[in-house]
Amino acid sequence: MSGNDVEEQENQQCAEMAAPRSNVEEIRDRVILGEFGVRNVHTTDFPGNYPGYDDTWNRKKFEEKFRIDVIRMDENTLEFDMVGIDAAIANAFRRILLAEVPTMAIEKVFVYNNTSIVQDEILAHRLGLIPIKADPRLFEYRNAGDEEGTDIDTIQLQLKIKCTRNPRASKDSSDPSELYINHMVYSRDIKWTPLGNQADLFAEAGISPVHGDILIAQLRPGQELDIVMHCVKGVGKDHAKFSPVATASYRLLPEITLLQPVEGELAEKLKRCFSPGVIEIESDGGKKFAKVANSRLDTCSREVFRHDDLKNIVKLGRVRNHFIFSVESTGILSHVILVSEAIKVLMAKCDKFLSELDSAEVD
Amino acid sequence: MDALIDEYGGMTPQELAAPVNTIEEKWKLLPAFLKVKGLVKQHIDSFNYFINVEIKKIMKANEKITSDADPMWYLKYLNIYVGMPDVEESFNVTRPVSPHECRLRDMTYSAPITVDIEYTRGSQRIIRNALPIGRMPIMLRSSNCVLTGKTPAEFSKLNECPLDPGGYFIVKGQEKVILIQEQLSKNRIIVEADRKGAVGASVTSSTHEKKSRTNMAVRQGRFYLRHNTLSEDAPIAIIFKAMGVESDQEIVQMIGTEEHVMAAFAPSLEECQKAQIFTQTQALKYIGNKVRRQRMWGGPKKTKMEEARELLASTILTHVPVKEFNFRAKCIYLAVMVRRVILAQGDNKVDDRDYYGNKRLELAGQLARLMFSFLISLLNSELKKISDQIIPKQRAAQFDVVKHMRQDQITNGLVNAISTGNWSLKRFKMDRQGVTQVLSRLSYISALGMMTRISSQFEKTRKVSGPRSLQPSQWGMLCPSDTPEGEACGLVKNLALMTHITTDMEDGPIIKLAFNLGVEDVNLLCGEELSYPSVFLVFLNGNILGVIRDHQKLVNTFRLMRRAGFINEFVSISTNLTDRCVYISSDGGRLCRPYIIVKKGMPAVKNKHIEELAQGYRNFEDFLHESLVEYLDVNEENDCSIALYEHMINKDTTHLEIEPFTLLGVCAGLIPYPHHNQSPRNTYQCAMGKQAMGTIGYNQRNRIDTLMYLLAYPQKPMVKTKTIELIDFEKLPAGQNATVAVMSYSGYDIEDALVLNKASLDRGFGRCLVYKNAKCTLKRYTNQTFDKVMGPMLDAATRKPIWRHEILDADGICSPGEKVENKQVLVNKSMPTITQTPLEGSTQPQQPQFRDVPVTYKGSTDSYIEKVMISSNADDAFLIKILLRQTRRPEIGDKFSSRHGQKGVCGLIVPQEDMPFCDSGICPDIIMNPHGYPSRMTVGKLIELLAGKAGVLDGRFHYGTAFGGSKVKDVCEDLIRYGYNYLGKDYVTSGITGEPLEAYIYFGPVYYQKLKHMVLDKMHARARGPRAVLTRQPTEGRSRDGGLRLGEMERDCLIGYGASMLLLERLMISSDAFEVDVCGQCGLLGYSGWCHYCKSSCHVSSLRIPYACKLLFQELQSMNIVPRLKLSPYNE
Repeated sequence: MSGNDVEEQENQQCAEMAAPRSNVEEIRDRVILGEFGVRNVHTTDFPGNYPGYDDTWNRKKFEEKFRIDVIRMDENTLEFDMVGIDAAIANAFRRILLAEVPTMAIEKVFVYNNTSIVQDEILAHRLGLIPIKADPRLFEYRNAGDEEGTDIDTIQLQLKIKCTRNPRASKDSSDPSELYINHMVYSRDIKWTPLGNQADLFAEAGISPVHGDILIAQLRPGQELDIVMHCVKGVGKDHAKFSPVATASYRLLPEITLLQPVEGELAEKLKRCFSPGVIEIESDGGKKFAKVANSRLDTCSREVFRHDDLKNIVKLGRVRNHFIFSVESTGILSHVILVSEAIKVLMAKCDKFLSELDSAEVD
Repeated sequence: MDALIDEYGGMTPQELAAPVNTIEEKWKLLPAFLKVKGLVKQHIDSFNYFINVEIKKIMKANEKITSDADPMWYLKYLNIYVGMPDVEESFNVTRPVSPHECRLRDMTYSAPITVDIEYTRGSQRIIRNALPIGRMPIMLRSSNCVLTGKTPAEFSKLNECPLDPGGYFIVKGQEKVILIQEQLSKNRIIVEADRKGAVGASVTSSTHEKKSRTNMAVRQGRFYLRHNTLSEDAPIAIIFKAMGVESDQEIVQMIGTEEHVMAAFAPSLEECQKAQIFTQTQALKYIGNKVRRQRMWGGPKKTKMEEARELLASTILTHVPVKEFNFRAKCIYLAVMVRRVILAQGDNKVDDRDYYGNKRLELAGQLARLMFSFLISLLNSELKKISDQIIPKQRAAQFDVVKHMRQDQITNGLVNAISTGNWSLKRFKMDRQGVTQVLSRLSYISALGMMTRISSQFEKTRKVSGPRSLQPSQWGMLCPSDTPEGEACGLVKNLALMTHITTDMEDGPIIKLAFNLGVEDVNLLCGEELSYPSVFLVFLNGNILGVIRDHQKLVNTFRLMRRAGFINEFVSISTNLTDRCVYISSDGGRLCRPYIIVKKGMPAVKNKHIEELAQGYRNFEDFLHESLVEYLDVNEENDCSIALYEHMINKDTTHLEIEPFTLLGVCAGLIPYPHHNQSPRNTYQCAMGKQAMGTIGYNQRNRIDTLMYLLAYPQKPMVKTKTIELIDFEKLPAGQNATVAVMSYSGYDIEDALVLNKASLDRGFGRCLVYKNAKCTLKRYTNQTFDKVMGPMLDAATRKPIWRHEILDADGICSPGEKVENKQVLVNKSMPTITQTPLEGSTQPQQPQFRDVPVTYKGSTDSYIEKVMISSNADDAFLIKILLRQTRRPEIGDKFSSRHGQKGVCGLIVPQEDMPFCDSGICPDIIMNPHGYPSRMTVGKLIELLAGKAGVLDGRFHYGTAFGGSKVKDVCEDLIRYGYNYLGKDYVTSGITGEPLEAYIYFGPVYYQKLKHMVLDKMHARARGPRAVLTRQPTEGRSRDGGLRLGEMERDCLIGYGASMLLLERLMISSDAFEVDVCGQCGLLGYSGWCHYCKSSCHVSSLRIPYACKLLFQELQSMNIVPRLKLSPYNE
């Protein structure tokens, strides 16, 4: 689906939403942004909660309503809409992305020599936070108490670098980058030493830090680092270094309703109260009208409420079950894979839970 | 009016009405000022003055030593020098030493004091040059320090931090600061009322040689002089007569001939009459009888009269010079004192002791001067004693004093004074403790803060509010915020940013100038002129110089001369209209600060001057020389009209403030928007800024301190102040910019607790390094034995080092990079069992016996060895220093604080996914409870958050400078531009439920400091453990693994509740229960079932009592008191 299509669809939706809604409908479907607080924050569509509504869950209805639209996709970020689902489930995906999708990260650092001024612990901490490009799906978790590791659960990396004086540096130079060689240790200096048959297995992709330009330490002539590292599979709830995303979060689709026509100067003023592109001015026979063009772009700064002449003619709301997800990958796995992995994790959890339930019945 | 026409005559009405343009960026004068003066410069200036100028004066005062034994013999000092710091490598071989080497090797950073002397040996006259007489500890960055004039690159070669302020000493490896001491100014008449409301005057006189205090009291309308050397109060008229003013008329003329003045003084004359004293001889005799006898050694015996005359000339009002018993000046001084008291009696115009114009600050130079002059006179008297003893004895070799000049007396005297902080000099009636303190290196700010600290001489226990409260004259000179809480509150103060403290200067030229400007010399006056209503008295440094008719002209011309640079810029002149006096001061220790001069309603400094300053064509001195800026001391400030801002300038304005934020000190200068905070909060932050971890200097990794806290990833604050830039806090920061959400979360945030984000901690937020050191020296003993370091002990079976010695190298010293656990050995040192030379006859064993005295590591958590230093100290003993390191991540219970006196401990660490997040996906590092705001009223913190948030979005730093800084309105407009809420409150989604929160959350970055208090260093619990030897009760304190005391009040609760068994268990069974045998017959304690008193065992029964109780009984017995226990079966 191309971006334009989506936008058109959005616009249609917005037009629909602008129509007056019943009060119950609003409580059910919208989160209202008031001047001093947010109203209707909780999901209330439990079965039987509203007379006249059938809120029992049924698969067909869900499948009809539920959709995922990918809005934007570039190298590291993915923006997609998840519509027709409860906040709890959407949040579960966010939480799993942050904390439970495994990656490989440096866990054990063996310092053979470190004459730099960076302390061993700090160096180890810095190394740990470097994203390592290795597909965690091809590795196993290391067993507790295992210090050595094998080729199925460990990636061995090596950093061996020594700073020396540059013999060809001009005499009167004071620029460290000209005077010394290797005075900046970057993540690209980390070299992979394959264990077992890893060399064949990962020959294509290779294993290395995702970014080569992460500064690890600075050295001066005579200082050296000789370090061997073990990367291990782990999850973000253990340590943030295992988290596969820079961040994963969502926001609800904003909805702006004009309660009465806004014309002339006021329209211009209204336009300025929102992010660019949210309100457009349309002229209709010399008169200028404000029109909600694309409420999706709004950042919900609630600027309208600061203007007494505007605050009562605009209603700010957000669609309760329309989640605009944004997933920023650290670059280890592509964001698309991350999301599908997250779904797999949730499915695995469900399976586990179901099997637990089944086994409980046996008892 | 004439003066006004004079000044404004040449101006058109338009010119007069034009608004005063503001001077753009006049704060740029500040860095220029700080380059030449300010902060630590006063210490350095004062010390420089001492070692370059004052030391020569001291030498001149103690120039010549003669001997009673030989009139021909003498020793004369010709000159004295203080050299550059060096260290003696071997005999007579020295080399320059760097301060850092002294720190590492536990040495004193000192330079030799050498003298040129002339003396006689036999009949020869000998001149010796450059003879060392001792060593002087050298202040860092003073004129004789190796660091002066060095570039930052040279600093780093010397392992020194270029940002380190200097101004302290290094004594025995410790950095010592001589705190600034505040005291009442010397040689000034202070009129004050005593507790009963009687008015009196007092003068503390002080000269280089003597110090004394003279009081004037009024009893039943009569004036008396009170002095330590007089056994009772002497009537003032008798004193006048003793000083040669015999005529009553003359006395009255000097005091004043007004009706009420004469009436007030009449009873005193009458008393003199009654005492039948009319002549000087009679008066001297009278006083001679009242002189308290002083033990005088040597010297010809004097009569009582002579003694009295001597006393009046030299001891009473010492500072008024008396030459050949010409008491004229002293009489006038005394008369002025009497007059002051009489005038003050009427309308109670007493002086204010707490007024800063009446205070002087004593700096390192002055204190060192006192100590040095005491030591040199001690040396001289010792030399004299030696010469008196040795010269009469006939010797083969002629008496040569040089051989008897000991160096260590002066060296040790100075070193001990600085290292202990005890300044006890009998001659100046001085006995002060705690003059010096160890420079706190917890953070850069704590070190800087210590250099600007002023301690007051008042006792801390006295419950008077006067000296503790904020004085209006303190404005701009001392920081109004930076004072500790509790007992020293208001007594310990700090200098403001632009304060300068004057040093002493020559008064000769000033006297000359004053006379040239029409001051009539007192010595030429008959006395009555003093009280003429048309004249003003002129004082110079507390001494009466003379009288002047046109005082306004004198003051104006004087100021013009000063601005023109003919006299020193720190000389101050001010008029006191109530006392009808002109005070000229050139003495040291006055507080002063620079102001922009305003002429004709226009500031002298123009924008072009500031531009030239910024371009480097001009420096601060140029501003002074061109009379654009001048220094005003507290007294002169009172004489001026100072405008705070340009728009406040009116026709009377004489000066303009450079920048209002300079009224705060270094510590308060770190606070963003302090003018929006409740004042005590700023005070709290001043105390807490000193506990914040961060960076302490560029040389921090070369230091081996006893305790050092560093932050792993320190950051510049997003919201900075001008002060922060000026003191280079940005280069050595102590804190991190944390994203804060002000909301309630989980309930683990009550009572100021903070909720931290686990992912932030994983990524390095609040991560800190704690360095400690272990030290040992290997000594040589008198019997030619010495300490040894042995290699690791090997396990017999495995041939591997035993666990305790696991980390040792073959040389017996631990190796860098190793992990040390509790009780492991760092240095396997052993010491000979016999260290004394055995007595004659007893044979020395061939092989000395050794005993292990290892240096072990103690600590609940493991450490890593950062580095090992092997060197030798000043006594040539082998010195081993080991630096141990711990890396800590924040945990529950660690203390954090923002820069607004808002401290809190970490109450909960929450995983990132549970944290609330805003629309842009940001989750906070810290969640803070909003209840912290209403009662504390730290609005500054709210604004810091807004400014920080706008700064982050805009990619720039905002200013929160006091009385200025980025405006809230502008900052909030920035927020709007980036699509954030104007008020800084964001729509936030709960990370737990995934649903939005009902409230908008105040969300943004705030600079947070990690404070040095960490649970790891404080947590303590004990089940069983050591007991005290004497009482057998559990030991006290965490360091001794002590028990937790169930105190008196807790005991009271248990008694009240009636929990007797619990009481018994707590106070006896779990503490010091002891089984004793008691004889039921005699009631005494027995032993092993046998009563030693009754010599029987039939009534002995065994019972449990606290050991302390048994101890009490025995102690009573030892004092001849018999405690007897009465026993009866408990079921009766």
